Amino acid sequence: MLKVVSRRLIQLFITLLALMTLIFFWLRSLPGGPVDALLGERATPETRERLIRALGYDEPIWVQYGHFLKNVVTGNFGNSIRTGEPVMDVIGRSFPATVELAVAAMIIAIGLGVPLGYLAARHRGRALDNATIILTLVGISIPIFFLGYLLKDWLTQSVHVFPPSGRISTGMDNTDVTGLFVLDGLLTREFDASADALWHLVLPAFTLATIPLAIIIRITRASVLDVLDADYIRTAEAKGLRNPTVRKRHVLRNALLPVVTIIGLQTGALLAGAVLTEKVYNWGGLGTLITDSISGSRDYPVLQALILLAAVVFIVVNLVVDLSYAVIDPRVRV
Amino acid sequence: MNKLAEHKRQRIDELTARTAEGGGVSLFRDAGRRLLRNPTAIVGATIILLFLVIAIFAPLVAPHDPVQRFPELTKDLTVDTIPGPTAGHPFGSDPLGRDFMSRMIYGARQTMFVGVLATTIGLLLGVLLGGVAGAAGGWIDVVIMRFTDVMLALPSLLLAITLVALASQSTQWTVIMAVAIVNVPIFARLLRGSMLAQRESDHVLAARALGVKRRHIVTRHMLPNSLTAVIVQATLTFAVAILDAAALSFLGLGDPDINRAEWGLMLGVDGVRYFEVRPELAYFPALAIILVALGFTLLGEGMREALDPKNRR
Repeated sequence: MLKVVSRRLIQLFITLLALMTLIFFWLRSLPGGPVDALLGERATPETRERLIRALGYDEPIWVQYGHFLKNVVTGNFGNSIRTGEPVMDVIGRSFPATVELAVAAMIIAIGLGVPLGYLAARHRGRALDNATIILTLVGISIPIFFLGYLLKDWLTQSVHVFPPSGRISTGMDNTDVTGLFVLDGLLTREFDASADALWHLVLPAFTLATIPLAIIIRITRASVLDVLDADYIRTAEAKGLRNPTVRKRHVLRNALLPVVTIIGLQTGALLAGAVLTEKVYNWGGLGTLITDSISGSRDYPVLQALILLAAVVFIVVNLVVDLSYAVIDPRVRV
Repeated sequence: MNKLAEHKRQRIDELTARTAEGGGVSLFRDAGRRLLRNPTAIVGATIILLFLVIAIFAPLVAPHDPVQRFPELTKDLTVDTIPGPTAGHPFGSDPLGRDFMSRMIYGARQTMFVGVLATTIGLLLGVLLGGVAGAAGGWIDVVIMRFTDVMLALPSLLLAITLVALASQSTQWTVIMAVAIVNVPIFARLLRGSMLAQRESDHVLAARALGVKRRHIVTRHMLPNSLTAVIVQATLTFAVAILDAAALSFLGLGDPDINRAEWGLMLGVDGVRYFEVRPELAYFPALAIILVALGFTLLGEGMREALDPKNRR
């Protein structure tokens, strides 16, 4: 187990290093490089010179690459071009918002997806099954930012059920502990703040959950159908086990294995979807940060750090999923 | 005793006759037949065909030029009014006083163009990389696979965002290339996996034992056998490609040409900007995108079902 983990961690490190190297040389291979991209065409030669020296671009490329690697490893990504603050501070401030949104979306996707997929499989070929399949197909075909605007238009403009944007009502006096507003409210016993944050969370979380939800339903359904045909289910039924026992111990336990893998892969959909969802609901997390860093002049230091962070999260989640296999599936003992 | 022998001979004759006349069923004819019997694939193909016809005959179907601004429409344009349906313009106006219906029709053409090119480029590059890796093996295989690992370290849409954001200036080609490159590792891994599985299979071993040249084995025996999986993947990729292109437009990373009538661009830029003024500007392109994406997903899944050798009879 330890050997596998350490080998995977080394692989992860090499992959990330290669990714950052590619991005580093890509940026410098652009015509004019980041300097022109930052300054635009109207910059005077003096400002150009100053910026080049400030960013260290007058040094040889290998020296720059060395500095870059040292900074990445020590977590020093420099200062944001847009605001001038250290990149890590900017990211640290936006991080909890995205975590809260992504976790809520995942809870919705798994909480609805697994039961729906299971029900569809048990009612195979009937109305419920067909309706579920059609819904999932539309779910993966709809541009989620459009769905976001649609929900926002229906449920915040036409009928005032949910707040249209933001994470919490202005004027709400909430104490910041972890940055996860719903959790903070519970920890500090400010339940009104918690409820308000939760209310703000509903629409964005549902929007973001669309694709993972559709995919989890499909995988669960297919997997349950597979298991229902298996010999050991027939055996279990034949030897007179009661239905609930068969379902829980034999069907669900085996059917959920592929679902776990998919949950890992869907983290990717969540990270990408967060960029779109956060823009629709003005959420103020990492997705908003990406959008802000690419609109107008590009904030390369922030972008680099965000890309690295996304890759780390994506790979680590999938590593954890792979390892959890050893725990839930006795056949895979690593 | 005699009777049994007689029966056996008859049976063998029957079988040889059947094999001789049919010669078995060729892979592609059999596949085509099963595809025609698959309702999922038929529904998908019908939707695609419909939009393809609109795309090809756009100049004949569209009532107007998609980039022309009409004075009768522009005169009513203000910050919060965009003219709805009128006599000559059944879908009304877009935010620049152009005929919205014509733009929707020409949109079929542009959207298909982006989808087809992005998918084809991704497929070709992926098949090249995966084919080389699978055929060569050894360190070449390792290098190519590590390279795809790096690309897969980012979720696909984020990789596309990164590629466009790092390009100095966004054009239609930046978008197409970004969406194409994102799919390269997927095609590469698919083809390599399929070729590795075949390397030890009976038909390849037989060919090798007969002294067939390596290049010939790869091009004549291994690649055609991997083709179905690649085609199915390409069909599914098309749906993702137009959705990704729309997402890039929404993030302001799309094609900057304001004359281009492409659904993703129409939805992602004007559609959401004027959602409260005239939601049709978002509804129509969104519906078109959903239908086309649905069509390709259905066709892809139908094909996967129909072409699965396990279902072959």
